[in-house]
Amino acid sequence: MGKGIVLKVENLNVELGGERILENLSFEVKEGEVLTILGPNGAGKTVLLKTLLGLLPYKGKIEWTPKIKIGYVPQRLPFIKDIPMSVGEFFKLKEASEKETKEIFNSIGLKKDILEKKIGDLSSGQFQRILVGWALTSNPQVLLFDEPMTGIDIGGQESVYQLLEKLKKERSLTILLVTHDLSIVYKLATNCLCLNKKMLCYSIPKELTSERLSQLYGGEIKFYRHSHD
Amino acid sequence: MISQFLFSLISGIFIGGAAGYLGSLMLTKRMALVGDALGHVALPGMGLALLFGLDVSFGAFLFLLLGIFLIWLFEIKTSLPMEVLVGVVFVASLAVGFLIVPEPELLEALFGDISKVSFEMTLISAVFSILIFLVINRIYPKMILANISDDLAKSQGIKIKKQNFIYLLSIAAMVALGVKIVGSLLVGALVIIPAATSRNLSKNLKEYSLGSVVLGILSCFFGSLLFKLTGLPAGPLIILTSTLFFLISLILKR
Repeated sequence: MGKGIVLKVENLNVELGGERILENLSFEVKEGEVLTILGPNGAGKTVLLKTLLGLLPYKGKIEWTPKIKIGYVPQRLPFIKDIPMSVGEFFKLKEASEKETKEIFNSIGLKKDILEKKIGDLSSGQFQRILVGWALTSNPQVLLFDEPMTGIDIGGQESVYQLLEKLKKERSLTILLVTHDLSIVYKLATNCLCLNKKMLCYSIPKELTSERLSQLYGGEIKFYRHSHD
Repeated sequence: MISQFLFSLISGIFIGGAAGYLGSLMLTKRMALVGDALGHVALPGMGLALLFGLDVSFGAFLFLLLGIFLIWLFEIKTSLPMEVLVGVVFVASLAVGFLIVPEPELLEALFGDISKVSFEMTLISAVFSILIFLVINRIYPKMILANISDDLAKSQGIKIKKQNFIYLLSIAAMVALGVKIVGSLLVGALVIIPAATSRNLSKNLKEYSLGSVVLGILSCFFGSLLFKLTGLPAGPLIILTSTLFFLISLILKR
């Protein structure tokens, strides 16, 4: 693998239940990059993340830097609120030390007293931060993020973006991010991969034109860049 | 007579505590009725054990292993959900049980009988209960993570199939011990009600699992005392004591 490359994917094919989900994907991710993975529903974005994590069978080549640590933030955890569990206990499931948990709470901008709170009582914005924090325990070099903004209000979304940006700077993380949200692509991404079973584009965000997007999502899609500052 | 009662009481306390603990894990996996179903699977084994003068837990455990094996085998052969297969195996076992177990033994198998517990059996019950407790304690965090999300657990390198296998074996062993006390029909309640009660009262995992153990022990303790006082069957008394705690927890719910 070339220098500074953390992930190399070649001719990746994934078939689930007889259906071809991903076809001949090839791309590379360099250290410190933020790669967003864009695509309509059913495009195979989540499948791609899971395959990269080694959770699904595949054909082709997936090569990570040896012994790399990966943190994973799944799309939804519908069952977690059924379990009476405090935030602190959730972190203990990952054998996080108290010191580490404390540092992470600083990073994700939550106060320590939330550790005693029941997971089911958190707001969705808090919960999302907790998930990011959980993925960060044991110091991963790479974060895989599946639709981080699902079910979060706009204020919450903004704060999760800022959090990601901050973390990227603080911890020199490489981030792979599945999203529907184009503003995150323009704000945060260094690269984007448009996916609809096949790879339709792989480019820097600036080159993500309206034509490309309508090719990806079908129909007329225009994106108006707006500033958040 | 007093020592006989003491044996029953001690067995009950150990089995009740371990059952409560295991139940707290089963409830987080939405497997509340599995203990119930497996209780029925144990019935033919208990009947045969009674016929041949063996310990009911021993017979129950053999049939539970057979039942779990069948469920596993069917699961490979069809794409039907697990609960359907459990359903098929448990009613079939129940039917077989009714056919092969003679009537006086049947009642004992269905509702349990703690009045005949020997010193050896008390010892064995205590040892196995502690063993089950330790095994569950070991897999607890991993199972909780897997219950939250399979993918999250796998991404942490947890071997889910292996954990599940250990977990199922523990449930089988627990049910085999439990049927001795409350019988095949009520063993599901021994596992589930303390956990349900504790869930109402707890705000974190530690309180929840500890509460399940304590409530399991208290239910067996007071249920057995009631049995001593009234002479009514112990199994139903234990379960009703447990249910009473549950009702109280509804009032105190936080």
